[in-house]
Amino acid sequence: MAGIDVDVPGATRLFIGNEAIARGALEAGIGFAAAYPGTPSTEIMESLAAVAEKRNFYAEWSVNEKVALEAAAGASFAGIRAIASMKQNGINVASDFLSNLVMSGIGAGLVVVACDDPSAISSSNEQDTRPIAKWLDIPLLEPATFQEAKDMTRWAFDLAEELDTVCMLRSVTRIAHARGNVVLGELPRKEQKAHFGEACPVTPTLTKFIPYLSYWKHRQLHQKLERAREIFESSPFNWYRGPDKAELLIITCGSCWLYSWEAVKSLGVEDRVGILKLGTLWPLPRKFIIGHLNHSSRILVVEEIDPFLEGCVKELVADLPPDSPRPVFYGKRSGHIDACGELNPDIVINAVAGIMGLSYQPRDPAYSREAEQVPVFTPMRIPAFCPGCPHRAAFWAIKNALRLDGRGGFVTGDIGCYSMAMGPAGFFQVRTMYCMGAAVGVATGLGELTRFGLDQPVVAVCGDSTFFHATIPALINGVYNHSNFTLVILDNSATAMTGFQPHPGTGVTATGEPAGVVDMDTLCRSLGVPVEVCDPFDLEDATATLLRVIAADGGPRVVIMRRQCELVREKRKKERPYEMYVDLDRCIGEACGCDRLCTRVFGCPGLVWDRKAGKAMIDETICVGCGVCADICPQGAIIRKET
Amino acid sequence: MDAITRDPLNLVIAGVGGQGNVLISLLLGQAFIAEGYLVTIGETYGASQRAGSVMSHMRISRETQYSPFVPLGRADVVLGMEPVETLRILQQFGNPDVVTIANPRLVYAAGSEPPDRDEVIAAIRKLSAKLWLVNATDEAVSLGDPIFTNVILLGALIGSEILPLDRKSLEPVLKERFPWEKFETNWKAFNRGVELASQG
Repeated sequence: MAGIDVDVPGATRLFIGNEAIARGALEAGIGFAAAYPGTPSTEIMESLAAVAEKRNFYAEWSVNEKVALEAAAGASFAGIRAIASMKQNGINVASDFLSNLVMSGIGAGLVVVACDDPSAISSSNEQDTRPIAKWLDIPLLEPATFQEAKDMTRWAFDLAEELDTVCMLRSVTRIAHARGNVVLGELPRKEQKAHFGEACPVTPTLTKFIPYLSYWKHRQLHQKLERAREIFESSPFNWYRGPDKAELLIITCGSCWLYSWEAVKSLGVEDRVGILKLGTLWPLPRKFIIGHLNHSSRILVVEEIDPFLEGCVKELVADLPPDSPRPVFYGKRSGHIDACGELNPDIVINAVAGIMGLSYQPRDPAYSREAEQVPVFTPMRIPAFCPGCPHRAAFWAIKNALRLDGRGGFVTGDIGCYSMAMGPAGFFQVRTMYCMGAAVGVATGLGELTRFGLDQPVVAVCGDSTFFHATIPALINGVYNHSNFTLVILDNSATAMTGFQPHPGTGVTATGEPAGVVDMDTLCRSLGVPVEVCDPFDLEDATATLLRVIAADGGPRVVIMRRQCELVREKRKKERPYEMYVDLDRCIGEACGCDRLCTRVFGCPGLVWDRKAGKAMIDETICVGCGVCADICPQGAIIRKET
Repeated sequence: MDAITRDPLNLVIAGVGGQGNVLISLLLGQAFIAEGYLVTIGETYGASQRAGSVMSHMRISRETQYSPFVPLGRADVVLGMEPVETLRILQQFGNPDVVTIANPRLVYAAGSEPPDRDEVIAAIRKLSAKLWLVNATDEAVSLGDPIFTNVILLGALIGSEILPLDRKSLEPVLKERFPWEKFETNWKAFNRGVELASQG
């Protein structure tokens, strides 16, 4: 993460796309950065926060993405360049503000960065942000390389100021999280001064920052977009590479440029296939694109997630004069590119080869046969909680409490590491999982269904950061409407899934300064909600507490299962709490009747099955010595020894 | 063995979350850009920090910035930190010319039967044009901490002389990465890896 502020213009660094974006923001002279962590966007803020003090700008982890964008807009309104970064789901959270923000102008340059996650590698959906930019009339850029990620971000602030509107940069996982060469530019050295009060150009008694007279402002926004289109017509981020007359024209953007270029090279068709690479995606540079449509009568659109460019280019073609030639389109709609999931060089190679009637053989078929016929089973590694993770213990307690309660209770889930509890990691306990805060929102509805005969206890789970982000309004809704459910807050004292960022409960800011602490126990009690706190590593107490609270029925009640994320603990204190070992006399293997509860069900990566001995054993290089597994062995064969 | 001269040079690092793939790809990448190469690194990892399959793809070129994906069947070098993952990668990205450096120590997959180590290694050997087996985890434990496994394997990769890089190109990169007190032990681990590979 180090080194985004290296002040050596012209030097080359190996940056992930997110660091390149952060560097671009530094080169643009930002004074304010706000974000909520979310894969694959998190490192933008992490790398900015790491240098904020040194570069004399303000950086914060906000409570959620909407507040992050609002805070950044506040800075912009007072003349300070600002950036807000988030993952695609975060754009949804921020979109209420964003859709009104476009109706006013801005002060200093304001850029919102959306990192999309094609294939939903670390997301609940694979939503495409590009149509949102079109929908909300926001100028949109998308980098195709790490260098462009930096250069475009830097330029986006100038563009926002010239157009007097918020601009958006879209990136995808394979830019955001991949790493490549970036040549550094200059860092600015001027002091910034904030002042609020710019008047509305039409009604000077109002400030500019009110989307009042929306009808008029909507028209003005369209004029801004027209101006953006003119600027984009000659943008260096759009280019054509290929022969003047091509058998196929590829239109592409973002990381798909890299796949398209590799496909053309791999197939050796550089003189037969042209590539039109676009970096300014909304509004599209109409004349520039139409000028390049003449290269070929066949067009393949290579893009990730939605057929956005394909639709937009087809709109341009539809507006051509009636006697214009009509190209044939290939892409997601024709089925030549899969409609879902992220792309890679192989997908594009095969699409181009298919359209061109070429054959592509990546390796000797004899080798492929040998590779396919390897007589060894390579087991898949199913997502699991880390060794020593408090969530494994928490869901063990939840599962046992619901079973002991015996009324068919179930869990509504939320977004975090603990989402994995929908699978074997959390014993299949999580039964719904949508977006930040939805566990309690959904639970408040389920908790009102007694009148329809719902007699199953409803248990919602959320993490500590998720609690602050979007759970509190849902909990208030439950109190207000007297909904019958139990909320289990899995408090591991960090935004763990995205890399342990601090949040309002941790007492630390993004830049490592001491912060105000919002105490979730007191906050819940202030709502009139009964609160119990337990340690998930004490399986017996956690199970008993939860069983008691579930059985209480009535309005919302809260159980806080509190235990620090093991990876955070380990960073601060290396020593293991316990040395763990299996007593080979007590472990009776298959004869036990537990059906390998420890290695098959409990699923800690540190517990392994010794096939030759037919007994459990501890993998010393993986075990972190949390000691929890000692309490799940029916034979008491797993022993914890104080260190 | 002569250094591979293909452009792009495609290297896949295979391992299990927590073994330190990402650091290896970063250190190698920094050594390459210092020599004027264009480097792209892609990481794929599952939802968990620990114990999931993890692979890093490196594309190294004098000509152009490549995508962060090695195409199927097109790996020149596989650096395997765990044998099951090494085999999995060879099945997808291997070819008759692929060179493999592999740590034979298994990391068990939670909830499933572990395969037989010797069978896995035999399959790796069959799918590799040349194989260096480096007991990196055991060496790391003997140096005091399994955490050195990745740096030992990085050393072995350099010691095998299949990359156009040598010890001298890695030294400044490790120095920049580690504070002095940690550099010494890591440099020792790195050199142990170099030795192990030089022994063949």
